[in-house]
Amino acid sequence: MFSHPDRAAFLPLAKLPSLVAELMARGYRCLGPAKENGAIVMRELESPEGLQRGLQAEQAPGRYRLTSDPHDRYFAWANGPQAIKPQTFAPQESLWRAERDEAGGLRFVPELPAVVKRAVIGVRACDLAALAVQDAHFLRTGRRDAQYAQRREALFLVAVQCAEPAATCFCASTGDGPTPAFGYDLSLAELKDGFVVVSGSDEGQAVAAALDLPAASAQQIEAAQRQGEAAAAAQTRSLPGRKLRDVLMSRLEHPRWDAVAARCLACGNCTAVCPTCFCHAEADVPALDGRTSDHLRTWDSCFGEAHGHLHGFNVRPDIRTRYRQWLTHKLATWHDQFGRSGCVGCGRCIAWCPVGIDLTEEVAALVEVGPP
Amino acid sequence: MLDAGPPHAATVVARVQESPTIFTLQLRFDDAAAQAAYRFAPGQFNMLYLYGAGEVPVSIMSDPEERDVIGHAIRAQGRVTQGLARLRPGDKVGVRGPFGRGWPLQEMSGCDVVLVTGGLGCAPVVSVIHYVLRRRERFGKLVIVQGVKHAEDLIWHEQYARWAALPDTQVLVAASEGGPLWPWHVGRVTDLFALASFDPACAVAMMCGPEGMMRSAADNLLARGLPRTRLYLSMERNMQCAVGRCGHCQFGGAFVCRDGPVFQWGEVETLLAHKGF
Ligand SMILES: Cc1cc2nc3c(=O)[nH]c(=O)nc-3n(C[C@H](O)[C@H](O)[C@H](O)COP(=O)(O)OP(=O)(O)OC[C@H]3O[C@@H](n4cnc5c(N)ncnc54)[C@H](O)[C@@H]3O)c2cc1C
Ligand code: SF4
Ligand code: SF4
Ligand code: FES
Repeated sequence: MFSHPDRAAFLPLAKLPSLVAELMARGYRCLGPAKENGAIVMRELESPEGLQRGLQAEQAPGRYRLTSDPHDRYFAWANGPQAIKPQTFAPQESLWRAERDEAGGLRFVPELPAVVKRAVIGVRACDLAALAVQDAHFLRTGRRDAQYAQRREALFLVAVQCAEPAATCFCASTGDGPTPAFGYDLSLAELKDGFVVVSGSDEGQAVAAALDLPAASAQQIEAAQRQGEAAAAAQTRSLPGRKLRDVLMSRLEHPRWDAVAARCLACGNCTAVCPTCFCHAEADVPALDGRTSDHLRTWDSCFGEAHGHLHGFNVRPDIRTRYRQWLTHKLATWHDQFGRSGCVGCGRCIAWCPVGIDLTEEVAALVEVGPP
Repeated sequence: MLDAGPPHAATVVARVQESPTIFTLQLRFDDAAAQAAYRFAPGQFNMLYLYGAGEVPVSIMSDPEERDVIGHAIRAQGRVTQGLARLRPGDKVGVRGPFGRGWPLQEMSGCDVVLVTGGLGCAPVVSVIHYVLRRRERFGKLVIVQGVKHAEDLIWHEQYARWAALPDTQVLVAASEGGPLWPWHVGRVTDLFALASFDPACAVAMMCGPEGMMRSAADNLLARGLPRTRLYLSMERNMQCAVGRCGHCQFGGAFVCRDGPVFQWGEVETLLAHKGF
């Protein structure tokens, strides 16, 4: 973030609504943090003053509890159950529909979402790292996903530096946070009296310019930098390396897989909250009139029965092989596919696992003890 | 591009019931330009769409030089394939494809070709048999090794008998349980490899079928001196998108739909030794 401190500006606390107003004026629907069903989620702001302060959540394995920030800051919460994934990769949507005429003839019609410009305010470094991975998957050269591309191009991202990581966060260890390094339009670091602002795109630059902000002082920049370092140092969880591919692939018959399988419910919560998971099911839903049928894509999980279904045979019939598939894909074979691990250290799968399985603990156990 | 976006409408131009559960469909794109532009390699597959029911991956059985129709042999199993079985000439389906990587036809040229299939006989391998027989002069010996559980599981009985009668062609069939009039070996398919007659120094082997069978076939072929780099297999995984997106077909870091379904043995042997990938 602070690679170009000369370009950093300062947004006084009281002027935060003017940033939202500027985005709204540019046609963006603005999403900011809100409390819903006991968690922090991104919801559309009704007005420039709509950003909520003081939100915070306590996280631990199998635990997420809303609390409030004693200092009443805007972004002193770490993360909610969803990153920005639903904004680009919709939980469910129709990809195309088949139309059948009276003579039985078929016609196929692609379906595209309406273009809605969205600005998300409060994006985390781990979310940006995960989005980069999703981009690599859905926007692969020669195989761009039209629906994803449409939403992605209309997205404006206001990132924030994490000052108060949750106990489940370990982005420092994966190298993805807590200070946003790339992928944002604007990035904010929240200090007591305002925000150090850096732009990362032409559009971000234009928005910042329209706000007519003073340059950030050397002290302000340094304070933001120190805040990021402190947030990294405060993290207690970690993975034992950034490239665990070979060591995990040499532990495929380790007894720890049986131990974790005895706890895991195969509910798929971990995959539903993971910002990098991309699996989806495709299914056809015919309308009652017998004339049209939608081809729907819906988020899917490798923990489900259907994921490895072949007629008369299931490739992964038990929880042991499903958990192993998930963990080895995420941390090992992901390297083969995307040149990095599929984990950005957000800790969501730890907090939202109903039985509190902690992947950092599982990895430590798998890696520690010698083969098998 | 018929492999991007929604399917393209096609018509069933012919249908043959090959066995109680297996049928072949000859399909033609409704758009004549699409039909003329369609090219594929043996071992590749199409996604066949049945209205309201869904899409399934099916290998292309016809000859790549056949431009008029696209042939598929399908076994009626579940929801979609049982629905496809009810189609009659004139009915419409959706087709997208071709997808994936086919067999190494270049490498086969001038060499012996060993084809190993198990279970109910695999369409990807049958397409290679036809391919070789139509271009007989380009290849050395043709060895077909097929294992089935019960004698009744072998479809296309007459075809195997006909192939066995051809020069330079060896057909080795085994059923774990024989039956009256079963002319072939009774026992395990792996018993047959000792009988297979090919030149390991110039041969390519291709396998398709249950993974356990392919693992022991690979052991046997490699023991006979076939180099690892000349052993190929076609893999099957749940497939929903066919373009490397939905994630269902992943095998380690590979997307079987895109990086396969045909793999060189060395690319998959390590992971195949573990069940559950
Ligand atoms: C590359 C490839 C080539 C194939 N070629 C042929 C062929 O030439 N002839 C043939 O008869 N069959 C072939 N199959 C198998 C065929 O795709 C399945 O029999 C078919 O998908 C079963 O669908 P269903 O709806 O009838 O069965 P159900 O059991 O009701 O299956 C439900 C869904 O699961 C998925 N599914 C089930 N079984 C398989 C499977 N074996 N492979 C992939 N997805 C599956 C499909 O999405 C299917 O719609 C091939 C599979 C693959 C992966
Ligand atoms: S695996 Fe867990 S910690 Fe890693 S990115 Fe996914 S949800 Fe976050
Ligand atoms: S690890 Fe936890 S969240 Fe994931 S499937 Fe198992 S029980 Fe559910
Ligand atoms: S079938 Fe969807 S990724 Fe291969």
